[in-house]
Amino acid sequence: MSIEREEQGGAPLLRIRGLRIEAQGDEGWQAIVRGIDLDLRRGEVLGLIGESGAGKSTLGLAAMGYERPGCRIAAGSVEFDGQDLARLPEARKRHLWGSRIAYVAQSAAASFNPAQRLLDQYVEGPRLHRVASAGQARQDAVQMYRRMRLPQPESIGLRYPHQVSGGQLQRAMTAMAMACRPDLIVFDEPTTALDVTTQLEVLATIRELVRQFGTAAIYITHDLAVVAQMADRILVLRHGQAVEEAPTRRMLAAPQQEYTRTLWSVRSLRHEPRAPSDETPVVSLAGIDAGYGPLKVLQGIDLQVPRGSTVAVVGESGSGKSTLARVLTGLLPASQGELRFQGERLPLDYRQRNREMLRHIQMVYQMPDTALNPRQRVRDILGRALAFYLGLRGKAQERRLYELMEQIELAPQQYLDRLPGELSGGQKQRICIARALAAEPRLIICDEVTSALDQVVAKGILQLLERLQREMGLAYLFITHDLATVRSVADQVVVMHQGRIVEQGPRDEVFAPPHHEYTARLLASVPEMDPDWLDRQLAGRQCQG
Amino acid sequence: MIDPSLTLESPQALPARRRSGLCRRLWRGLRKAPWSARFGLLVILLFGLAALFAPWLAPYGESQIVGSEFEPWGASFLLGTDNLGRDMLTRLLYGGRNTLGIVLLATCLAFLLGGVAGLLAAVRGGWTDQLLSRLVDVLMAIPQLIFALLLLTFFGTSIPMLIAIIAVLDSTRVFRLTRAVASGVVALDFVEAARLRGEGTAWIMFREVLPNILPPLVAEFGLRFCFTFLFISALSFLGLGIQPPTADWGSMVRDNATLITYGDITPLLPAAAIALLTIGVNFVVDWFLHLTSGLRDEH
Repeated sequence: MSIEREEQGGAPLLRIRGLRIEAQGDEGWQAIVRGIDLDLRRGEVLGLIGESGAGKSTLGLAAMGYERPGCRIAAGSVEFDGQDLARLPEARKRHLWGSRIAYVAQSAAASFNPAQRLLDQYVEGPRLHRVASAGQARQDAVQMYRRMRLPQPESIGLRYPHQVSGGQLQRAMTAMAMACRPDLIVFDEPTTALDVTTQLEVLATIRELVRQFGTAAIYITHDLAVVAQMADRILVLRHGQAVEEAPTRRMLAAPQQEYTRTLWSVRSLRHEPRAPSDETPVVSLAGIDAGYGPLKVLQGIDLQVPRGSTVAVVGESGSGKSTLARVLTGLLPASQGELRFQGERLPLDYRQRNREMLRHIQMVYQMPDTALNPRQRVRDILGRALAFYLGLRGKAQERRLYELMEQIELAPQQYLDRLPGELSGGQKQRICIARALAAEPRLIICDEVTSALDQVVAKGILQLLERLQREMGLAYLFITHDLATVRSVADQVVVMHQGRIVEQGPRDEVFAPPHHEYTARLLASVPEMDPDWLDRQLAGRQCQG
Repeated sequence: MIDPSLTLESPQALPARRRSGLCRRLWRGLRKAPWSARFGLLVILLFGLAALFAPWLAPYGESQIVGSEFEPWGASFLLGTDNLGRDMLTRLLYGGRNTLGIVLLATCLAFLLGGVAGLLAAVRGGWTDQLLSRLVDVLMAIPQLIFALLLLTFFGTSIPMLIAIIAVLDSTRVFRLTRAVASGVVALDFVEAARLRGEGTAWIMFREVLPNILPPLVAEFGLRFCFTFLFISALSFLGLGIQPPTADWGSMVRDNATLITYGDITPLLPAAAIALLTIGVNFVVDWFLHLTSGLRDEH
């Protein structure tokens, strides 16, 4: 099957001029993309970066001529291979989609039809667009799976989406996008939902495919290190406008705009680790085993969180990090072992703990959207914690509410009467932190608190936590899979793998060689802001293999 | 630091602003309401007023025999008379009053019972959930109408008993729905946060979970209200519902059914009243659902 199209030098494949996209809001149509110009040649990868809400995804979809529901292309042109997609009738566009333009979404799990086998979904596109017969497409799928380095390429297509891992599913989806050998692929944060170790493999295969087939690609991400590996050119977006555009190396070495520099500086947040004190630790876990029914998730966990310091727990998903938090809070009573809070024995089940014990251990969740009751106003959310733990009511409560809001850097008058839905992701996370603070705790468990936020907002949250720790002597148990976050907050690091602690100690010791084998792999998987990083990692792997 | 005098003035001012905000939002919603919702509201309002002021509006007494049987529509009997010579309009007004009152009470009771039990099952889980759910399964295994007939013949057909039996039978459906929607909410982090705070079951049920499942419950209320209406009418039609001489729409249809053979539409009037109210209630519920989901979209 040779569907590869010949190279046409010169004219760009995609030419966007003065693109303006509006979304329907409360007060009529509001511009969310304002006047973007963009050129993309065949075989070129353009990285689109910016904070959430910058219009990245909207622009990415508009490059395919697709208008999200509630959005419209108000002005400008999107010329794809000489045709203006902004004015092309829907039926013609639908023919282009899938055959010449493909899209890879952030969540492969949500994009696959769970009731159909991978192979059947692969074949659908080529057959619909009459690029290949079902038989040909099936053979092609196997080859493509092989190129994507999926295990058992001959038979993996016969599985259902839930029978393969997240990383494999994302690769299967990229393979599917390539099924008709499109000229342009739009990748919308394809690795954001993946673990670092999985992310590396997906990134490598995506880049390889794009290079092999000379496909033009738009790569949308908020992770600078990722875009550095993938893109030839980077376009920085903010509030729907282009801030800066330059070839990757130049952009990384010498960003011209102030805003770009702030984006870059996010990763440089550093924390000076404190030496562990000899005082009684806030909490200590000894010989903790826990699990769900017969399934053991944690085995022999020994861990201490010293007063006023941050212990980071790292590991990939499934390593038992979050279960550790559940054991500590008592939601999942440990089957064995001992918990101590400031030297005193703590009941394993939260229902047996008294209000004082509950008050001192607070939790901040990964998803601020689900951690706040959407039907309660900020005032009620925080006020309840104050009334419940400290008995504060009326004027005293009001005064404390104002103090809390000042502490989390949100104007009380403006935000106290809002519903969570009227807040941004970062603001919601701040309210979650305020709710924890309202209890005046000794320890706050932070479960992936920044992973649902983009980097600029995440940096703000981390700085806030750092400041609160300094001012109030709080201890944090910081659960994360992001090692950059660990570097910027942790005093001590605990590395977990398959329910066991494989290494723990002061941050600089854990991060400096010699590493435990797993720690080394984890550290090597974190992308760096160096365009050659991925090549080096892959080369390193080949040497080992 | 903040100036305390400045901060302490606002609490008094704020709740008032919030309430007026809600009123304004309701008013704005009402003005933007589609014709169907306005029609529904109008119907409910008229029915409500008619039921409330039936003794003053009705030209005759509820079970007073004022003329001969099946008199045609005319000046003294606007809608004619029924099979016993009672004024049809009077019966219609009183029938609305009785039926509406019983239905409203029975439905509210069913929601109280089923809603609380459903929330309890979802929030507590474990044994509580098993026990309540299996009990409801048993109750639901018997066809509702037959079960009701059985219980009514067993306990007698007084109005309080009628209300209680309908409420209990209907509450099983409410339980199932409440439990199902609430289980989805219970799994969310903010409920976990409330549990970890040490909140009691009641707080979690009514403060954390209930506000989040209100829209489907209100929709169900509209539906249940209509079903109960039809159910009571069916019971009355079978002779086990509201007992004569108390007027009610269901038995009115049955009593005057013979007239249909003569091409007179009078016996269909109570049926039409039932249909109209059912449609009206559902229009309003649809609008409410749209409004709450619309409000959510705003965010």
